[in-house]
Amino acid sequence: MELLANILISAMIAATPLVLAATGELVAERSGVLNLGVEGMMIIGAIAGFAALLASGSVLVGLLAAMLGGALMAFLFGVLTLTFRANQVASGLALTMFGLGLSALWGQGYSGRSAPPFPRLSIPGLSDLPILGRLVFGQDGLVYLSLALVAAVAYVLARTRAGLVLRAVGENHHAAHAIGYSVVGVRYLAVMFGGAMAGLGGAYLSLVQTPLWVERMTAGRGWIALALVVFAAWRPWRALLGAYLFGLITILQLHSQALGLEVDAQLLSMVPYLATIVVLVLISRDSARARLAAPACLGKSFHASS
Amino acid sequence: MKSRPFSKIAAGLAASLVLAAGTALAQTKPKVSFVYVGPVGDMGWSYQHHQGLEAIKKEFGDRIETNFVENVPEGPDAERVIDQLAATGSSLVFTTSFGFMNPTLKVAARHPKVKFEHATGFKQAPNVATYNARFYEGRHVIGLIAGKMTKTNTIGYIASFPIPEVVMGINAAYLAARSVNPAVKLKVVWVSTWFDPGKEAAAAKALVDQGADILMQHTDSPAPVKYAAEKGIFAFGQASDMTQFAPEKHLTAIIDNWNPYYIARVKALLDGTWKSGDTWDGIKEGTVVFAPWSKAIPADVVKLAETARDEIAAGTRHPFTGPVNKQDGTPWLKAGEKATDKDLSSMNFYVAGMEGSVPK
Repeated sequence: MELLANILISAMIAATPLVLAATGELVAERSGVLNLGVEGMMIIGAIAGFAALLASGSVLVGLLAAMLGGALMAFLFGVLTLTFRANQVASGLALTMFGLGLSALWGQGYSGRSAPPFPRLSIPGLSDLPILGRLVFGQDGLVYLSLALVAAVAYVLARTRAGLVLRAVGENHHAAHAIGYSVVGVRYLAVMFGGAMAGLGGAYLSLVQTPLWVERMTAGRGWIALALVVFAAWRPWRALLGAYLFGLITILQLHSQALGLEVDAQLLSMVPYLATIVVLVLISRDSARARLAAPACLGKSFHASS
Repeated sequence: MKSRPFSKIAAGLAASLVLAAGTALAQTKPKVSFVYVGPVGDMGWSYQHHQGLEAIKKEFGDRIETNFVENVPEGPDAERVIDQLAATGSSLVFTTSFGFMNPTLKVAARHPKVKFEHATGFKQAPNVATYNARFYEGRHVIGLIAGKMTKTNTIGYIASFPIPEVVMGINAAYLAARSVNPAVKLKVVWVSTWFDPGKEAAAAKALVDQGADILMQHTDSPAPVKYAAEKGIFAFGQASDMTQFAPEKHLTAIIDNWNPYYIARVKALLDGTWKSGDTWDGIKEGTVVFAPWSKAIPADVVKLAETARDEIAAGTRHPFTGPVNKQDGTPWLKAGEKATDKDLSSMNFYVAGMEGSVPK
């Protein structure tokens, strides 16, 4: 049972950067902007958070810097695609390359330096309960924050006026413009929220999960987050489910090896991707609705006169 | 007054002549190129190869040009990168990861005048040399230390891909650990990547959760060492000295010191004596070296490790000396028999006593 708790805790840790980045990207995409630069924004968040934590000694400052770094990257993307209406796919790819390069340059002096350990929640009594104690009450703060974030995004999108406006902009930008909403303004906010969340996801890697800075440490997680958004049919809770599933299977395959089960390594490293896709496809197979799930204006530039 | 435009033209001409001569001179300088699988800043494998590049720059200065391409994935992209280096004037190209083997050979066939060197591979050609280091000698030494120092009798091993290089490292470490601690177990987790700090840390955690109290790795990032420091257990660094990531808990590291080899090969290129071949250097040649022993290692264990190191250097000890059976019970080495290099470079099985199986 102790092992089970350990597996679940590790799975949540492995999933949290994906939860953060995918939720952010989901909001951007619901506003109609496809930002393929998640990987680039994450890695900038990772180095910005790490650098700020070392400079200030404060975890909070580190996290804020990571969000700011990611948001600035997203702002840059916004200037290109929203203000100058550059192609979103090409700009997003460029943003990833730019982020990887810039972070490598910025991070040169940080390789090999150590961040202080990240504080974990500890509630006397509760955190000491067997299994559930550490699982529910003993995680680091960002795990709880990421869960709260998913709930908040789901609520705002589905139940508030702001969410309605955001979705309107993503579904039909001309109509939203006609009734007086600033399409570009809403999209800037959504994209920058996505950037801030991606930055936070990157910081989770460099401040909590490893915790250290190495070049390219996001190792493709930005792309997994992007895929999760699609397979979750743009719904926050499904993105969370997908991320946790991915984390759980990744960790399960590592543990099954340490237990000495006879398994094929290549097959195992494939399973998280495969299983996540299969499950998410199955739950969204309600075909008529699934086809409607993608925001209708996703990836399209908006020009008020056209 | 009339001469002024003329003098301008003359000056311009002279300047362009100098420039042209400069470029011509530059072109006669041999260019040495490196292809890395990871980032230069991985603090492990690629970092050490890059130290080799710095070493040849220092050694040969203006006599050569150098360049490198980092983060080259093992696969079709590698061929494109290597081809481009060969086509744009490189005289000698070092491709520094196992997965670059076939791309290197393909490109070499298209550019017979360019010389190639492929690290850790086993296929040569007239213009493709291979080179590797006997890391298993280092694994033997750290295996002895781990066998002596584990309290739970469980050593955790984070492995990358089931290639002979990695499998022989696991076997060498296990045989050495068992020779000083018959009860020892070696748990292996394959992460199917050379570099993913998050996944390497997760693998380290899985091993520790299952009782390992000392970690070894055959992946390139310092994340497992860092995790060990956080958990208060011991770990060995990989490829370069990782003490900085776990000052209290880093026992030592097997350091890849490619510098002597790279300097020798570039010298051969400049002297016109470069020949294809297969080089496999180890502790004796100074290619496999150790980071300073941690103070946490008891004096008698340091002595044990140093004796092993010196005997391997002197040629009186071989990490794979019989009797050793394969995991399935079939005999491999008879008593006193030493494994041949050919056996080692195609090793795809665990030795008897190991649990789990080598992934296919």
